[in-house]
Amino acid sequence: MIPAAFEYVAPASVEEALAALAEHGDDAKIIAGGQSLLPVLRMRLNAPEWVIDLGRIASLRGVRDGGDHLAIGAMTTHHDVGQDPLVHEHALLISKAITHLADAQVRHRGTFGGALAHADPAGDLGAPALALDATFVVQGPGGTREVPAADFFVDLFETAISDDEILTEVRVPKYDGWGAAYEKFVRIAHQWPIVAVAATVRMEGDTIAEARIGLTNMGSTPVRARAAEAALVGVPATEEGIAGAAALAADGTNPPSDLNGDADYRRHLATVLTRRAVLTAAGRG
Amino acid sequence: MTRISLTVDGQNVVDDVEPRMLLVQYLREKLGKTGTVIGCDTSNCGACTVHLDGRSVKSCNVLAVQADGAEVTTIEGLAGADGTLHPVQEAFRECHGLQCGFCTPGMIMQTVDLLAENPSPSEEAIRLGLEGNLCRCTGYHNIVRAVQHAAGTAEGASA
Amino acid sequence: MTATQEPTRGEIGRDRRRKEDQRLITGRTRWTDNITLPGMLHLAMVRSPFPHARITSIDTEAAKAAPNVVAVFTGADLGEGQGACINAWPVVPDQVTPAHLPMPTDRVAFAGETVAVVVARSAAEARDAAELVEVDYDELPAALDLKESADNKVLAHPDLGTNVSAVWRFDSAEAGTGGDVEQAIAEARENGIVIEREYRQQRLIPAFMEPRSTVVDPTGEQITVWSATQVPHILRFAIAATTGVPESKIRVIAPDVGGGFGGKLQQTPEEMITFAVARKLGKPVKFTETRSESLLTAHHGRDQWQRLTLAATKDGHVTGLKVDLLADLGAYVAIVGGGVPVLGAFMFNAIYKFPAYQFQTTNVLTNKTWTDAYRGAGRPEATFAIERLMDELAHELGKDPLKVREMNWIKHEEFPFTTVAGLEYDSGNYEAATARAKEMFGYDALRAEQAERRARGDRVQLGIGVSTFTEMCGLAPSRVLGSLNYGAGGWEHAEVRMLATGKVEVVTGASAHGQGHETAFSQIVADRLGVPFEDVEVLHGDTQISHKGLDTYGSRSLVVGGEALVRAVDKVIEKARPVAAHLLEASADDLEFADGRFTVRGTDSGVAITEVATAVFAAHNLPDGVEASIDSEATYDPVNFNYPHGTHLCAVEIDTETGQVRMRKYACCDDIGNVINPLIVSGQVHGGLVQGIAQALWEEAVYDDNGTLVTGSFVDYLLPTAADTISFELDHTTSPATTNSLGTKGVGEAGTIASTPAVVNAVVDALRPYGVHDVAMPCTPERVWRAINSGGPGGETTQAAAPHFDESEGAAQ
Repeated sequence: MIPAAFEYVAPASVEEALAALAEHGDDAKIIAGGQSLLPVLRMRLNAPEWVIDLGRIASLRGVRDGGDHLAIGAMTTHHDVGQDPLVHEHALLISKAITHLADAQVRHRGTFGGALAHADPAGDLGAPALALDATFVVQGPGGTREVPAADFFVDLFETAISDDEILTEVRVPKYDGWGAAYEKFVRIAHQWPIVAVAATVRMEGDTIAEARIGLTNMGSTPVRARAAEAALVGVPATEEGIAGAAALAADGTNPPSDLNGDADYRRHLATVLTRRAVLTAAGRG
Repeated sequence: MTRISLTVDGQNVVDDVEPRMLLVQYLREKLGKTGTVIGCDTSNCGACTVHLDGRSVKSCNVLAVQADGAEVTTIEGLAGADGTLHPVQEAFRECHGLQCGFCTPGMIMQTVDLLAENPSPSEEAIRLGLEGNLCRCTGYHNIVRAVQHAAGTAEGASA
Repeated sequence: MTATQEPTRGEIGRDRRRKEDQRLITGRTRWTDNITLPGMLHLAMVRSPFPHARITSIDTEAAKAAPNVVAVFTGADLGEGQGACINAWPVVPDQVTPAHLPMPTDRVAFAGETVAVVVARSAAEARDAAELVEVDYDELPAALDLKESADNKVLAHPDLGTNVSAVWRFDSAEAGTGGDVEQAIAEARENGIVIEREYRQQRLIPAFMEPRSTVVDPTGEQITVWSATQVPHILRFAIAATTGVPESKIRVIAPDVGGGFGGKLQQTPEEMITFAVARKLGKPVKFTETRSESLLTAHHGRDQWQRLTLAATKDGHVTGLKVDLLADLGAYVAIVGGGVPVLGAFMFNAIYKFPAYQFQTTNVLTNKTWTDAYRGAGRPEATFAIERLMDELAHELGKDPLKVREMNWIKHEEFPFTTVAGLEYDSGNYEAATARAKEMFGYDALRAEQAERRARGDRVQLGIGVSTFTEMCGLAPSRVLGSLNYGAGGWEHAEVRMLATGKVEVVTGASAHGQGHETAFSQIVADRLGVPFEDVEVLHGDTQISHKGLDTYGSRSLVVGGEALVRAVDKVIEKARPVAAHLLEASADDLEFADGRFTVRGTDSGVAITEVATAVFAAHNLPDGVEASIDSEATYDPVNFNYPHGTHLCAVEIDTETGQVRMRKYACCDDIGNVINPLIVSGQVHGGLVQGIAQALWEEAVYDDNGTLVTGSFVDYLLPTAADTISFELDHTTSPATTNSLGTKGVGEAGTIASTPAVVNAVVDALRPYGVHDVAMPCTPERVWRAINSGGPGGETTQAAAPHFDESEGAAQ
């Protein structure tokens, strides 16, 4: 219940934070909202010597309109992202996913960037970020670089962020007029998803023109259901029309087996949830 | 040790704390605000819910140093200065929304937040809004009634 | 017998808001962990990661040298001063009972067992130093699987030579309470119906919300123990009996206690270690467990295999029931321990008139956390088995499950009824409760909807589950306990003190932890004594105030403790009568007592009992030879158990594509005799229902092959939230108990006992068209999905948890 002792620093700018990171290196952990890190520390699964708190860096908070994209500050809370009208208008899938993320208290404290950097494949933001081809802005001693979502998630709890870098912003292209749905499957409400499907579609009349689908907890990282996406193009947005494409949703995935379900069950769930998510996203659910 | 200064239930407080001290431990051990309790170590149970700058948070999942400069309200700061209960406190009693009472401070604090955001929630919205708070006694039935009662959307307890 | 309870002008039957709530809703509470004493030290436990191992060495030097560490003790250091954890109920004379030291010295028998304790000036420093204690273990093979352990494949305690702690048996032919079950089964095989099933009662964790905490203050003449316990009196006895400290030198206080559900009726190793450390250091010490420690080491519940054979005639009259249990005790025989399955022995026949019955339980030791009472304790297991079987019989017969039950149940005019298990049921009316439940539920309409969904091949199928339960509660007649070899009695004590200012103090030996005793007992006393509800103060949970008691479990507080209270009040009135007569200058025989006043029959002359109390306090004008006190106490030993019953109906919707089960409707009509406070009763039923439903759908303590509890936090041990449950429809019929003055029956466990089979019956009912006749608990979506696709019960739970809180050094921010 009580973390091991650590030193604490709360820099006022990204530069200061990077300097602290450079100084303490492997002995440091960054805390954003802390909603995953603090349980880890309390159960003493990790015991960093330094904790660097990004909570005092105002520039990392907020959602702004970047023209062709939205820029979501890494330290913006889930609650604030979820309530943001820009997000609702241009990246509906993220709004939808956030309503399912953890619980109200965690959404008040947890941050958009923190959750993505934690890279739990069962986290609710990875699949939407991947599906939307978000870009991750990472700042390090050598400056800023942009990592496409497809390259960001490396493995279980592992991202493309280097030890000396900080995720500062997530840029999400605008998907104006796209429908979206996040189908999350749990046994009880406060669980991480056993499987979840993030789907967003662009309709032309009654036909699906484009579809983007991200899968939560179907491997060691969030994954795209590319075969299903491809098969959905041009099909009518009906249950029958979608079913064949949705059946491809689990192709190429390598889901875990654990208390809440074995891999074959998860594969099956992914196909069912994909069909439902796409139908809902198409406004036919 | 790190010096922090914050407002808790209307009182300004200043302390030197170890950075590892959780907000809930600070409230309980340094300030004697033992009305806020600890029920788990994974932030599932919500028993430690307080308001941090006006929003509900799990105080076991916040470091005391992170609350530097903030305003914290606990279950002990909810009633009026004259002892008048907050309507949500009153509703929990009226509707028998508690038994052992251990989860109650967190339930009440989360309910206050829930109703601030949505003053007339449906039963479904109430149930979802409380998904971060575990209760083992009531089966939630009368907690839901209590929230409805506080919101003025139900008649209250039925025996 | 059955009548709607008369509305009352008095307190009994009134939905009083609880007295307890003011402090609980304002945070003005006294949980054990809130207690801080001058110079208080804090403990951290060093626990075994292995389920079975020899301790070869413990190096405490580094820990002792850590900042602000005061001491580090191993089991050897504490020696005999640590006492022992007792088993109060050796169910057979030759029960195999491993010695249970709070902190073992040479061998650990389950993962989580304490091997050393660190004492430091702060809890954080104690935990820091605990990580510095180096323990070397030689791992031993561990007895983990219940069935394999029953066969002694691996011994949980090698020196005992067997894992079988006891075999306890009841046979109606041998007992003279019924016929020969083997004969009934043989006849049914020839010319009737035989249903044979094996059901699993998964391991559960009580998971009270307040983690356990103990503070021991050895300064002063008595050693004071505060503990988050249901059983302060039993704890005091056990500490005294095993440490040699005189009972009179120990004061145990259960302050505000945050739930128990049986999980806090233990005498725990942690309490004993805390006591021993306080004595050794002469300083106040505190131990508060983390939730992970609680899930790992506080006793677990259920965990049985049930092999069942039901014999019936071709038209559905049950002719015999044979029950063969394997019960997992875990590593030690806990305080009730092997008695839990025995408590179920009398309930498998439930509300039915079975002519022949046999029960056997084989109690087995394993290298897992010990098991003991969890809400219902034996009776949920029994009720589950028989109510599942009655549904199976109905299915076999092609009849409505309620009809088959009605063919076999005890009719209301047949009470009192002596069952095949030898109990005498005093009252009940299964017909009335069932009729009311069906009406509330809309049974016929839901059956019609079910048929329509089936015909349509709807993706969402509807299932309807029935549970017509009874239970035995109000533990317990001491003679019966004696005949079962239980180590204590089942009485309860109460005291009524009439204060000079007209207020009344009531002392009860029951020890509440959420039940609302302060309110319900005030109502009883207010009515009977004729004083205002507000003027009654209920004191409990402190052995120096409530010097005598047997605490709270087994739905006993009202029916046993309440009756003791009634008798104490009646004694007060009788002691006051001669004083009142003296004050009124009348003959005691001419006095009537009503509404708190003695009046002289046929006159206006009278005196309030509170005025008598004041007069007795002054003692200026008492009759000769009358002592200056009308305070009274009573100890009540129940003459019988009591037998609440009810009909519970549950509808579930099953998403046949995913296996997800959703509660659609739940209606129940319980008969718990007369009700003191309907608001409290409804709360008990709601909470009980959800715990029972949670066994059916969500909860399961899972160990992996290494003997590690993989459901060791609330991330993986799944308690339902508000978002997973529904609102319930409750009603009552009333058949007053005939064995206590108030006509009450216990209600604390009823909901839990009844609801589990109602839900599983509903799940199976929905899946009958898929050839499914069982789904193992908990009925997870995966199991349901597999059952739909294979017809089987859905398979084992994979013994691994997802690592959401990772150990990696990665870039988590």
